[in-house]
Amino acid sequence: MRTYSRVARAIAPLITAGLMILPLAGCSSTGGDSNAEVKLQGAGATFPNPLYQKWFSEYNKITPSAKFDYQSIGSGGGIKQISAKTVDFGGSDAPMKDEELKAAPGEILHIPTVLGAVVVTYNLPSVNTDLKLTPDAIAGIYLGKITKWNDTAITSSNPDVSFPDAAINVVRRSDPSGTSYVWTDYLSKVSPEWKDKVGAGTMVNWPPIGMAAKGNEGVTGQIKQSPNSVGYVELIYAEQNKLPYASVKNSSGEFVKPSLESVTAAAAGSASQIPDDLRVSITNPPGKDAYPIASFTYFLVYKNQDDQAKGKALVNFLWWAIHDGEQMTKPLLYAPLPAEITAKAEQKIKSITYQGKPLRS
Amino acid sequence: MGSTLAREGSTPLTPNKPNFPFGRAVSSLRARPRIGDPLFKWATGFFAVLIAGLAVLIMVSMAMNSTLPIAKFGFGFLTRSVWDPVAEEFGALPFIYGTAVSAVIALIISVPISLGVAIFLVEKAPPKLSNPILFIVQLLAAIPSVVFGLWAIFVLAPMLRNHVYPALQTTLGFLPMFRGNQNGLGLLTAGLILSIMVVPIITAVTTDVLRAVPGTQREASLALGSTKWEATLIVLQNAKSGISGAIILGLGRAIGETMAVTMVIGNRPQISASLFDPSFTIASAIANEFTEASGEIYLQSLIELGLILFFVTFIINMLARLLVWSVTRGEGRGAHV
Repeated sequence: MRTYSRVARAIAPLITAGLMILPLAGCSSTGGDSNAEVKLQGAGATFPNPLYQKWFSEYNKITPSAKFDYQSIGSGGGIKQISAKTVDFGGSDAPMKDEELKAAPGEILHIPTVLGAVVVTYNLPSVNTDLKLTPDAIAGIYLGKITKWNDTAITSSNPDVSFPDAAINVVRRSDPSGTSYVWTDYLSKVSPEWKDKVGAGTMVNWPPIGMAAKGNEGVTGQIKQSPNSVGYVELIYAEQNKLPYASVKNSSGEFVKPSLESVTAAAAGSASQIPDDLRVSITNPPGKDAYPIASFTYFLVYKNQDDQAKGKALVNFLWWAIHDGEQMTKPLLYAPLPAEITAKAEQKIKSITYQGKPLRS
Repeated sequence: MGSTLAREGSTPLTPNKPNFPFGRAVSSLRARPRIGDPLFKWATGFFAVLIAGLAVLIMVSMAMNSTLPIAKFGFGFLTRSVWDPVAEEFGALPFIYGTAVSAVIALIISVPISLGVAIFLVEKAPPKLSNPILFIVQLLAAIPSVVFGLWAIFVLAPMLRNHVYPALQTTLGFLPMFRGNQNGLGLLTAGLILSIMVVPIITAVTTDVLRAVPGTQREASLALGSTKWEATLIVLQNAKSGISGAIILGLGRAIGETMAVTMVIGNRPQISASLFDPSFTIASAIANEFTEASGEIYLQSLIELGLILFFVTFIINMLARLLVWSVTRGEGRGAHV
C-alpha cells in the first residue's frame, strides 16, 4: 500500500502537468509546412460530393502539387463559408441570392459543374408499372388537395394502372436542402397556388400534410418503409435504392422519364435564357425531351483571387473539371453539362483574375 | 453507477482498504515543501472552473446570438405556432408541445416499468440475480440513440402500424388522441422509443436510492409486525424524493433526445389532438434545420429554440439533483432519511 501511494504521489503531478502541456504541444507541431504544394479548401453541397471527391483524387494524380479538400456540409453552409472567405471555393445546388451576393466581400462567380434531377418516387405495393404524373397532380398532392391514390388527377394520366383506394403518405425533407429548393421552385412554376401559399426555398412553410425525414437517405428510408407513400429525392438515391420513379409531364406536354439524357436536355433547353452570371433555375424548361425537375450545381469562387498560387491551381482545376472531369459523371449518375453551358462556364473561368490579370487566357 | 457496486451488500468500508493517497500525504509527519500537491489542486480546480464557465458561456452566447427573433417576436415566440422560413415568421409553440408530449408519454410508460424493476432488484431478487439484470438494463443506456432510431423505423413502426395502432383505434378510437390517419410514425411512436431509452436511467438511479435506505428500516418495520409488502412501502416512502429525482433525470433525457426521435416523429411542426399525427421536438428541429438554415433570423430562431431547451433542461436537472441529494446525504448518518 505504502509503495503504491508513494508512486501515485510522485506520478500525479507529472500526469497533471502533462495534461496541461499536451494541448500546447499539439498546437505547435501543426505550425508550418513549407512544401511548395497548394492546398485548396472547399465546402458546400452534399449532392455532388461523391463526384467532387472522385475529381479531386483523379486531378491529384495528374497534378500532384494541388491538394483539394471538400467538406460536404450542405449548400447553405457552402454559401456562408465562401462569403466569410473561410474556404477557397464553395459548392451550392441553389444559386446565391442577390442580397447574399451583395453581402459578400468580393464578386462571386457561379461555375456550373454538373446537373442533378429530383425525381418523384413512391411505394405502391400493388402497382408494378411506372407512373406518369402531371404537374397538377404533384402540386395537388403536396398542397394536400389530392389525398387518395385513386383521385382522378392521378388515374387520368395512368389509365392502365389500378390504384388502391388508399391515403397518400406524403414524405418531404425535414432539413433545409438544395433538393427541396429545386422541388419547391418547380412547384412554384407550375402551380400559382403553390407560389402564392408556400413559395420556393431550401425550407418552406409546408402545407400541413405528410411526414418529413432528414436527408435524401431519410426520405428514401421512409418511403421504403411506408406503403402508399410518395416523396422526392435526387435521382441517384432512387436508383441506388431501387425505388420506382415517375415520368413527369413537361412544358411541351410530353411525359419524360428522368435520366441523364433528359436532364442534360433540360439544361440545353434553357441555355438560350440563361443570364450572364449563370444563376438560373432550369426547372420546367422548354424542350420536348427535357425532364422538368432539374438543376445545376455550382462551384462558387471569387472573381478576384487573393493568392496567385491558389488562384492558378483553382482555375486550372475548374478548367479540367468542366472538360475532362465531365467524362467521369455518367458512371456516378450525374448528368454532364451540355456544350452550350460548357462554353459559358469557360468564359467565367477565363474571367478569374489575380490583381487584375487573368489567371488563364 | 460505480457507487452502486461500492455500496453493494451495505457493509461499511473496511478500515484496511487504501485511503485516497493524497489524504495520507497531508497527515504525513515528514512535512516538507512540495510542489505536487498545490499544483494538482490548482490544475484540477482549473478544470472544474473551466467546465462550469463553459456552461455559462454557452448560455450567454446563445442569448447573444438570438437577439433578432427576441427583438422581433419577444415572448410571443413561445406562443406562436407558425414556422415559415420563406416569410421569416417563427414561433416555438409546436416544438414545445411536441417536446413536452413525447416526454410525458415516455414517462407514463417508463416510470411504472422502471420502478417495478428497481423494487424487484433491491427488495426481492437475490444479489446473484439482481446484479446481472441491473447490468443488462444499464447496457440499454449504452446503445447509441441512432441505433434505437433505426430499430424503431425498421421494426417498431411497421409492427405498430400493422398490429398495435389498428387495435388501439378499434378499442379506444372514441378518444380524439387515437383518431385519424396512422402510418406507424408520429408522436406516440416517438414517446414509445423514448420510454425505452429512459428506462435504464430511472431504473439505475432508483436502485441506488432504494439501496441507500438503511436496512434497519426494513428490519424495524418487519419487527413491528408489518408484512413484506408494507415494509417495501415504507422503504418507498423514505425514498420518495430520490425516486422523483430519478424520474426527473429521465425526463431530462427524454426532452433532450434528438436522433431517435427525429427518425420516427415525422418532423412536422403542428399541434394536433391525435397522437398518431407527426410532430416535432425542439432538439430534433435544431438537428434537422441548423446546418442549412439560410437567413439570419431563421438561424437565430433555431438558436433561441436551443436557449429554451437549455433553460428547461437546466431547471429540470437542478430539481433532480436537489431531490436525489436530499436522499443520499442522509445515507452515511444512519436511520433518518
